[in-house]
Amino acid sequence: MILIINLNKYKLHDLEFIKPITDLLDNYKVIHYKKLKESDIKKADKIIIAGTSLKNNDYLKDLKNFKWIKDFKEPLLGICSGMQIIALLHKAKLKKSKEIGQTQIEILKKDSLTNNLNKVYSLHQFSVTLPKGFVSLAKSNKCIQAIKKDNLIGVLFHPEVFNKDLIKEFAKNI
Amino acid sequence: MNLAVLFSGGKDSTLALFKASKLHKISCLITLDSENPESYMFHTPINQVEILAKRLKLPLIKQKTKGKKELELKDLKKAISLAIKKYKIQGVVTGAVASTYQSSRIQIICNELNINCFNPLWQRDQIELLDELIENNFKFKIIKIAADGLDDSWLNKIIDKESLPDLIKLSKKHKFNPAGEGGEYESEIISCPLFK
Repeated sequence: MILIINLNKYKLHDLEFIKPITDLLDNYKVIHYKKLKESDIKKADKIIIAGTSLKNNDYLKDLKNFKWIKDFKEPLLGICSGMQIIALLHKAKLKKSKEIGQTQIEILKKDSLTNNLNKVYSLHQFSVTLPKGFVSLAKSNKCIQAIKKDNLIGVLFHPEVFNKDLIKEFAKNI
Repeated sequence: MNLAVLFSGGKDSTLALFKASKLHKISCLITLDSENPESYMFHTPINQVEILAKRLKLPLIKQKTKGKKELELKDLKKAISLAIKKYKIQGVVTGAVASTYQSSRIQIICNELNINCFNPLWQRDQIELLDELIENNFKFKIIKIAADGLDDSWLNKIIDKESLPDLIKLSKKHKFNPAGEGGEYESEIISCPLFK
């Protein structure tokens, strides 16, 4: 079972940031991060932390809710705010960096998930510095777009828009 | 939260309105009246929008625009700013499904005005959306056609449970988007559960 962690403040945004991901998966469960229990994490084979809307920055005040990431050993994909959470828990710094819409990226290091990317869809106000021990897999002309360390992978763009295969590949083969 | 819906009178913006109205108060509709029939941003024609707003019992902000690329965004921002002032809206709802051209530009405007942007149909499967409209008793007609395979007999045709399979069949044969997402046709809602 893939656990989808929802960061949205408003339920109406679930149709925009959660449904496009769950439409690509067969076996999943969606839980809001404020309702997440230890038992939910233990039951998950993989986790996706979904992105959220531009105006919602609540997750930045609630990083304590994500301390479990450091002990989680299964594959975890952080999308946009999800990547920021992974990075900030590993002592990266948050930077103001806005990208909205179609964005060109450059692959810095080959990886099965991000190898064939070129055009991505961005919707963020913040980016992060590269956390210690992580590799930067891709960048745009403004900021780091994908990071990886062991089981943790983060993408700043929204793969559910132009790069649906990335999510399908994460679900099937990672 | 008080929201405004970017409303063209077509099936997508009406379905977005339907979904948003289940969770938030819809305070007004915003329509851009574009002089450019080829606009990538705004649906044309919008002849019936006043009548539809009346049937929905919602106030309408109608903003004229020449429809020139990027300049039309200034007119959209002006209309949303008026909705913030007049109806105290804290967010905008759009019927965007797949067009990142439209949705990213609206996201930028909402970000500049510090309000929320909601796209409840975002990335939905086109045929699933058409089925959802029919299941929820929406009826719409085709008011403009621009696709091979859609001849004049489809103009003003009502799309409902009976005619939808024919439209889907034709779209498969002629390889056009059955939901008209790429401008293959424009729609106008003629009946929906929100009409009073």
